[in-house]
Order: sequence, then C-alpha cells, then structure tokens
Amino acid sequence: MRPSVVKAKPADALKDASMIKQKEMMANHYNRLTSSQENGEKVASTFVPGNLNELIMCFDLVNNLPEVNAIQSGLRKQSGAYIMEAERSGHSEDVCTYVKSDLGMMMKGNIGPNGKELPKPDVLLLSYTGCFTFLKWFELLREQYKCPTIFLQTPYMADGKVTPNMIQYMVKQLKEDVIPTLEEVSGVKFDIDRLREYLGKSAKAEDDLVYILQSGKNKPSPIDAYFGGIYYIGPIFGAFRGTDDAIDYYRFLREEVDQRMLKGLGPVTPDGPMGEEKYRLVVEGPPNYTSFRQFWKMFYEEGATVVASSYTKVGGTYDYGFRHDPDRPLETLAEYCLGVYTNRSLPMRIDMLTDYINEYEADGLLINSIKSCNSFSAGQLLIMREVEKRTGKPAAFIETDLVDPRYFSAANVKNRLESYFQMVEQKRSGKGVAA
Amino acid sequence: MTEKTVSEIVARCEALYEDLNFTAAREWKEAEPGRKVIGYLPVYVPRELIHAAGMLPLGIMGGGDNLEVIHGDAYYQSYICRIPRSTIELGVSGRVDFVDGMLFPSICDVIRNLSGMWKMLFPDVYSKYFDVPQTYKDEIGGVFYTGEMRELLSDLEKMAGRKITDDDIRHSIKVYNENRRLVNELYTFRSEKPWQAPASEAYLVIRAGLVLPVEEHSKLLRQYIDAAMAEERPIKDNSKVVVTGMFCEQPPLNLIKSLELSGCYVVDDDFMLVSRWLIGDVPTDGDPVHNLSQAFLHHSMSTAAKYEPDEKEKGQFLVRTVKNTGAEGVIFAATSFCDPALLDRPMLQNILSDANIPYIAFKYAENSGQMQPIREQAGTFVDSIKLWSAA
Repeated sequence: MRPSVVKAKPADALKDASMIKQKEMMANHYNRLTSSQENGEKVASTFVPGNLNELIMCFDLVNNLPEVNAIQSGLRKQSGAYIMEAERSGHSEDVCTYVKSDLGMMMKGNIGPNGKELPKPDVLLLSYTGCFTFLKWFELLREQYKCPTIFLQTPYMADGKVTPNMIQYMVKQLKEDVIPTLEEVSGVKFDIDRLREYLGKSAKAEDDLVYILQSGKNKPSPIDAYFGGIYYIGPIFGAFRGTDDAIDYYRFLREEVDQRMLKGLGPVTPDGPMGEEKYRLVVEGPPNYTSFRQFWKMFYEEGATVVASSYTKVGGTYDYGFRHDPDRPLETLAEYCLGVYTNRSLPMRIDMLTDYINEYEADGLLINSIKSCNSFSAGQLLIMREVEKRTGKPAAFIETDLVDPRYFSAANVKNRLESYFQMVEQKRSGKGVAA
Repeated sequence: MTEKTVSEIVARCEALYEDLNFTAAREWKEAEPGRKVIGYLPVYVPRELIHAAGMLPLGIMGGGDNLEVIHGDAYYQSYICRIPRSTIELGVSGRVDFVDGMLFPSICDVIRNLSGMWKMLFPDVYSKYFDVPQTYKDEIGGVFYTGEMRELLSDLEKMAGRKITDDDIRHSIKVYNENRRLVNELYTFRSEKPWQAPASEAYLVIRAGLVLPVEEHSKLLRQYIDAAMAEERPIKDNSKVVVTGMFCEQPPLNLIKSLELSGCYVVDDDFMLVSRWLIGDVPTDGDPVHNLSQAFLHHSMSTAAKYEPDEKEKGQFLVRTVKNTGAEGVIFAATSFCDPALLDRPMLQNILSDANIPYIAFKYAENSGQMQPIREQAGTFVDSIKLWSAA
C-alpha cells in the first residue's frame, strides 16, 4: 500500500540528512568563493565536464563553476531575468541559456546564491570537454574579465575508443600549457605528489559514488538517480573531488542509502518518503532547474522513480570503471576528461542507456530534451528509437530547458508523462504500445 | 576549344548546384571500376589526402531550398538547425548512396553528433568525425593533427587497397594549391570589380568545386574568371559589404541574389570555406602531412568554429578582411540555432564597433523562402552607409 504523504509547503521541502549536508557543503564553498579576495585566495573558473579540481587545488586556487552558478540562479528563479538581460544586450534567443544566465548575472552585479558578489576569476581554465559552447562561453568571459585563459582540448571519443594520440595530446597540453600557466597565475610551484594525494582521495569517493548510483538496481530503488542524483553528484562534480570532505560525504551518503535499502525504502522526495515504486525509469538529458521541484513532483506523484540517468555521468562515467589513478597522474586526468558522458559518441550513449534499462530492470527510457543544449539534444530522437528497438521497452520524449523558464510548459510535460505511464502500463499488460 | 560565355559557365554551375542526386560525382565514380567517393561536411577537411588516395572528395552542404525534407525532420527537434536534417534526408532518400565514406569535421556539437548518427544509420559506410586541434603550437596541436591525418590516411589506404605515398600527397597538394590560387584570384577580382563577378555567380562557380574533380574545377574557374573579365557589365551604385556567419549551413542562392538586388556588392564572405581555408600555397617539398598541418595551424582562415587563443587577435581577421576589400560594412548572417555563429556574433560586433565599421545582423535557414524582410533590412543598411559616408 502506498504510504500517506504529508503535503508540505514549498518552504518546507523535506530533505534527507545527506541532502542537508550537501547543501551545507555547497553553501560553505560559495562563502569561500565570495570571501576569496579578503582571504587572499585566487579563483579559477572552469566547467563541470572535464573539471580538473585536483589540479586546481594543487595551486591553492578556488574552483568556480559557471554552470553551477547558472543552476543556482535557475533554482532560485533568477535565471529568467538574467537571460533576458543578456538577450537585451545582443545575445541570441537561440543559444545556450547557461551562458546567458551567467552573462546576465554578471551584468546585474554577479551576486551569488549567498547574496554576495562572486569574485572575478584570476584565470579561466577552459577545459573544452564534450561541449562546443564552452569554447565560446569562455571567449565571452575573457572579453569581460581580461584575465589569462588556459585552453585544454579534449578530443571527442567519436569511434568509441581512446587512442594514444588523444592521450599524448592531452598530457602535452597539461605539461606544457596548463600547468605552467597555473603556476604563473597562482605563484605556486606544481607538486606532482600533491596531485597524487588528491587523486587518491578522489578514487575513494568515486567508489562510494558508484555504490550509491548502482543502488538503483534494488527494488525499490533507495535513490532517485535523476532528481536526487543532482544532489549526489554536486560535491564530486564540483569543487570537492579530491578532498576529505568528499570522502566523508559519500561515506555518509552510502550509509544513508544502506539504511534505506535495509528498510526497503524508496527515495526521499521534497514531500516526504517516496510511496510505492510503480515505475522504474532511465532518464537521458539534463533536468529543468527553474521548475525543478514541480518537475520532480510529476514523477513521484505517479510513483515513478528514476533508477539511472545519463546526466549523473556528465562529470565522469565512474560506473563504467574509471577511477582517478594516482600512479598515472596526468594520464588519468586525460582519461577522465575523455570519458565524460557528453564526450562519448552517440553509439556509446545508446549502449549505455540500453545497459541501464537492462541492468536496472527499468520500465523504459524518458528523454528530457533540452532546448539550449545541442551536445545532449542533437540525435536524441535516434537514441530514443534505437534504445526502444534494442530493449523492447517504451520510450518517451519531453522538451524543456535548463534555466530558461520560458521553455518549461508544466501542462505539456505533465500530459506527456501521464501518457507515457499509460504506455508503460499497456506494455506491461501485453496490450502493446500505442503509436 | 570554343570559349564559353559567362552565362554558359554559370548555367552549368547552377545545374550542378541544383542536382541533389550528385550526378556528376556518380558519373565520375562509374567511369572507372574501383573509384571511390568520400563526402565531407563544412567547414574544412584536408581534401588533398582524399585526392591522394585517388578518390573524389564530395562536399555535402546540406539540401538547400530545393530539397523537401520528409524523413530528416523526424530525427531533429525544432530547435536544431536545418543542415543535419537535410543531410540525413539526403542519406535516407538514397541520394548519396554511392558515397563510400563520410567525414564530419569538428564544427559544433550538432555535426559532431551527426557523425555518430551516420554510423548508426549507415553502418556499411565509412564514417569519421574528423577532429582538428584548437591549440596551435607545433609540438602540441601540430603533433595531434598530424596523428589524426595519419589515421585518416590509414583508413583511406584500407579503402583504396593501396599505399598512399608522400609523392601522391605532394602531387595533390600541388593540384589544390593551383585551385586555391584560382579561387583567391576570383575573390580578389570580385572585390575589385564586383559588378563584373557578382557574388551569386562566384558562389555557383566555387560551389561547383565541391562536386567536380579538382582539376576540372580549376579549368572552370579559369574559364569563368577570363570570361567575366572580358564581359563589360554596368557599374551599379551599390555598397561593398562583407557577409559573415554562413560558414556551415549555406544560404539559399536567392538570399545572395537578394542582397545584391538590395544594393550590396558582396566583396567577401565565408561560404564554403573549404575552398580557401588554407591561406597561400602549401609547400610541396618535405613531409607533406607536416606541411598540411603547418598550414592549418599557422596559415588558415578564422571562423566562429575556431578558438582564438589571443584575445587581441579576436575578430581582427574580419576587420582586416573589411579593410583589404574596401568594404563599407558587414552583414552578420547566421543560421538559426547556430551556436558557433550566434555566440561569436556579439564579440565580433563589439570589435567592429570599436573599429567604426557598420553592421547589421539577421538569421536565415538554407530553405528560407521569404526574402522581402532581408531585402528591406539590407537595403536600409546600404542607404544608411551611403548617408553616413556622405555626411
């Protein structure tokens, strides 16, 4: 029987202990960022996919992630105004809304989620990994900040393999461009043993992260690997990979998940514990952040849990075996960047999603196609058909945006989801899937 | 040989442009057993390597405004540009069924992902994402790029069933050097006397080079330049402009004609950049792959799909083009939903403002049909140039 759910007001969203801990970590990081100038710390802006946090820490730099800032603006319902501001200044309505949210935020004082002004970066570490827009984004930021920009190109894994040429190219860039410039900007000499130490810590946290993400294979799943997954990936995809804080957080989270598994419980939603798990889904694509809670509610109200998602792999595909390796410090950074989800070819993405449906015993695939993210979105209709063909499980397609509220139509999304759940029911009852 | 007139040459080029079954390339392939055709998308691939393998490089620039996209739309959301959907249409409708391989150069995420889609949809066709360096130091980006070209060469050798020698590549470099010289001669002639070689004609003549063997195209270029020089045409009271942002999805021919009708002499552009991506001759002595790499790193054009490492250099390529051609303004014409062009545009506009170069901007698609708004916008732009330059 489905447990009764206590309806909470938006301000009373329930969070499990790990989510509260994660929120505290993020808040502390933002406080560190906004106090960096008074504390004499320098700041490196960089991106989530291809985030070289261990290396950045070797130079005592504080990691600032513009995508995460845009997400925070989206969650706080500020991104809409920022995007409009950027469009008023000449940016096209067609392009990535993360970029416009970031630029608009800058134009309106660059106020971070803690209500304080975010610092100007001392260096832009343009890790060009899995997304063409990154390249233009940091050219645009460079125009504003006039600070050194370090470029690191990650070749695309188009043929499903990492070649020696790719690794050599990346390692050379790290040795000859990235590290010397970071030394120059920070005034700190590079110490490879320090990097090894951080990489070792990363690997420990990564083990626990994989355990947590793979707990979705249980029935019921103790986690929601998409909406809850956003919380889970925050520290390791952001400024905490390679730290003791990350090790502690993922150990704590693992214990929390273990407890839920022992008790046969599902995930905790903003309205309380998840009720009966009626549908198990795999989701492809990023979420919408401007209506995040409303979006999630459309799932848990119907008893739908996301048991695996591709979005939780944009900062690393650890569940496919990758771990940062302290014995090969530069090569491992290269392999990390090469392996992130958006740097994988379309056939590789199809294989992953098919594996997820089979291994997590999901009822089907849902694609949330993001208007302003071509890296994810171009090709998703083929992905949908191919995964459906290979698994025999129904797939569905919805369209929203990352942080532009103009592209979240709640009624349309809800209608599509309800139709999709009916399709899943029909498939289960052997009536086939309506065209 | 009877000399051809401008209109005869242009008519032939227009027929090639409109032929979405690529009959010329099919006939080339059928002329001798074992011949192979390698398709490529914008912006740039080293066609010399394909030529050196004895194969025909075939430029596929989408379906234009004459192709009805029936299947292609089922593969893409409404917010993605048109070139990938019309390219898929060309594929699934069998129009490129004679093509033995496809190269998808590094331009943007859409074309990048299309490379994977092609693998899925046409598993028997060789399909390669052709990655290029965005870092330009010899020992870093140069080594990587040389490695990528050698990988492509190795694949082409397997397809050709023979070794491709350095001499083969040197010969191909020579042939393409000649072709680039002629393309550049046409651009120079056009910028000096745009009434003698209108952009819409020059476009068709250069576009013919995407489907014809390079040797034949070079002859065609020579014929056109000579014929256009010989034919007296009236000078119009037009303004010279540079058009930028059209480096991938091509404009419909009517769009170029509309710009001319509205009073623009288009004296430079970024259409079909593959034809003149490398600036100047590539050396034909020494290691030919290294030479192609050096040309790419240090002597190639600038576009939004390329990272500019030096902030001071950002946009200067465009400023220099304006100055060198004597243009009076710039038209930013980007394809709808084109991330590279649209993200780059505000930066370039700031640089043009600093250089006191007037500009306008609009969007288009390869199948745009309604030209009236563009004509009005471009016409007003030309009027304003004349008004302000006269003041």
